Amino acid sequence: MSEAPATGGKRPNPYAKRLMWPVLVLAALIAVNIAVTGFDFIVPEVNDGRLGGAFVNILRRSAPLLLIALGMTLVIATKGIDLSVGAVYAIGAAIACQMIIGAEDQTATGLVLGAVALALAVTAAIGAWNGVMVAHFGVQPIVATLILMIAGRGIAQLVTGGQIPKVQDASPFTELGRGELLTVPVPIWIAALVLAALALLTRRTALGMLLESVGGNPEASRLAGIRAKGITVLVYLVCALCAGLAGLIGAANLGSADANNGGLWIELDAILAVVIGGTALLGGRFFLLGTTIGVVIIGTLEDTIINVGLSSQWQFTAKAIVVFIVALLQSPGFRAWVLKPFKRRPAPAPAEEAMSK
Amino acid sequence: MSTHQLTERPSRSMLFDGLARYIPIGATVALLLALYGGGVANYPKFDSPQVIAKLFIDNAPLLVIAVGMTFVILSGGIDLSVGSVMAFATMACAWLTVDAGISAPLAVALVLAFGTAWGLLIGAVIHYFDVQPFIATLVGLFLFRGLTLQISDTDVSMRDVEFFQWGMVHAVDVGEIRDGGFWLPNLSFVAFAVVIVAFTVLHYTRFGRGVYAVGGSESSALLMGLPVARTKIGVYAVSGFCAALAGVLAAFATKSANPLANVGAELDAIAAVVIGGTLLTGGAGFVLGTVAGVMVWGMLNTLIAFQGNLSSWWARIAMGVLLLAFILLQRVLARSGEKRRT
Repeated sequence: MSEAPATGGKRPNPYAKRLMWPVLVLAALIAVNIAVTGFDFIVPEVNDGRLGGAFVNILRRSAPLLLIALGMTLVIATKGIDLSVGAVYAIGAAIACQMIIGAEDQTATGLVLGAVALALAVTAAIGAWNGVMVAHFGVQPIVATLILMIAGRGIAQLVTGGQIPKVQDASPFTELGRGELLTVPVPIWIAALVLAALALLTRRTALGMLLESVGGNPEASRLAGIRAKGITVLVYLVCALCAGLAGLIGAANLGSADANNGGLWIELDAILAVVIGGTALLGGRFFLLGTTIGVVIIGTLEDTIINVGLSSQWQFTAKAIVVFIVALLQSPGFRAWVLKPFKRRPAPAPAEEAMSK
Repeated sequence: MSTHQLTERPSRSMLFDGLARYIPIGATVALLLALYGGGVANYPKFDSPQVIAKLFIDNAPLLVIAVGMTFVILSGGIDLSVGSVMAFATMACAWLTVDAGISAPLAVALVLAFGTAWGLLIGAVIHYFDVQPFIATLVGLFLFRGLTLQISDTDVSMRDVEFFQWGMVHAVDVGEIRDGGFWLPNLSFVAFAVVIVAFTVLHYTRFGRGVYAVGGSESSALLMGLPVARTKIGVYAVSGFCAALAGVLAAFATKSANPLANVGAELDAIAAVVIGGTLLTGGAGFVLGTVAGVMVWGMLNTLIAFQGNLSSWWARIAMGVLLLAFILLQRVLARSGEKRRT
């Protein structure tokens, strides 16, 4: 990597080094929350056989973002980016909700399974399309996915006919967002399972190494006998599938699919989470665990703003500050510039200053 | 022979060599004419000159941000913050004049200066700290949407401010609309002025040539001794200024500031630039192509309005399809360019 010299010569465990900052930031955020609202913030409680509490709720609400961010991590590992996930989220939600409200008996399990399967199949097809554009037509990822980012919400509107389909509360579909299994909310289960599956697939098989190799240098990977194009298509497919699944969870939680505002700007949040988690946008390396922490940081940040008594409008501003600090911290140029006066000392932590404000 | 080889441009520019560089813009203009012809053939009153004039009234702010975006994209960057900066500029105009009681011309000048200063800052961060444009301008997207919402989370009316009546005053009045006449307000001429200035700067000044050079290959530009830093920071300043100006134009057009206005305007601008034939990787394209791209967007919306029973999201879908077609066209041209070379 080009930034290797700046990060220092000794590298016992790149994971630990990369994860240090996000973990510190998350710990600081949680500390602020505990200071303001007491220990109840972090301690899970069980209400009516269901896990609750402020922090569990953050995790539950972050599940869609986590799914998308995990897919985005893989795409970014191949030096790509997927801007269409927000639109895919809306399309997935729209297809499932529209199919369910079109049926006579909205409580039929078969119908719900069919709707979920159809939504996932369509989103997977969209992802494959993105991947083919990037891998086979040689279009820049940012451009290829921009097409669907622009047209996607229109397609979702087309599916819903411009309405907001509302699923009956009795339909098992809403369980996907509101239900619980063994007292743990279903969205957390889904997100955890996807995280575990992706982690196993990429770290226990050669797939992860192949991904990083494609991101590092696609041409060299091809010459080394890696099917770079197939892998590229696969990651975009997985990313869109994750986005579709996230859309289903989001729609199930609300009981409706809003084609205009469902998952609005979630692609930016996801990219932000990936970057906070230490995955550089340059490709060639990825940290699923870092992304997970990044997502929890974003989720906690949103609650922290409310808890410390700021209006919810501060959310955007706070996110902007976080993006700015993270981008600067990851920039070798900036670190060199800051460190120049006092060499051989760790970087100062403007991150925490800004977070605790 | 040897001179020919020496003066050969770097490979990436080769793809738009000769007449081939006019193919995308030619396709855009042909498309525009086809859309117009289709409209005239299908709907009565579509041939009224006011239909065309209205394109330049409704899309004046978009035209201005798209022109700014053209500079950024030509230099190989991207600016995601324009929609938010534009909304913030409109809101700041309203806040400064209605709440703070500052005189309107001063408020407009402050807003424009602020937009430019923000562009300079973000350009400096992108250049000196080597932050990706995508991420650096993402900061602006979030920051200014947040600040706009903090100033006011409801609409603010500027109807009582005399100054903001100026924008919609008819600058040109040719006959009655009924009799085939048309009118254009002052704000359209502001947009025209921006296009003319941008065209001149981009094609006839050192800065403009620098933008193309940096977009074609930054390292080559640096080795040639071009002022890469000044150019790269400059394009973001231009884009920031244009976004602020677009916000002021929006204030003129609607005389009110909505905190959630122009969500996704950056996407429309990027799409218009690409449909106008500018290469998203930078280094090739025209300002006038961007004008054509914005007009395609406006024409699609007009057609949908004339059809009457279609929702506005069809415009987005059509825009996506056009974007796809143009990107594939660019790829085909690039491939054939590569073949010709070998």
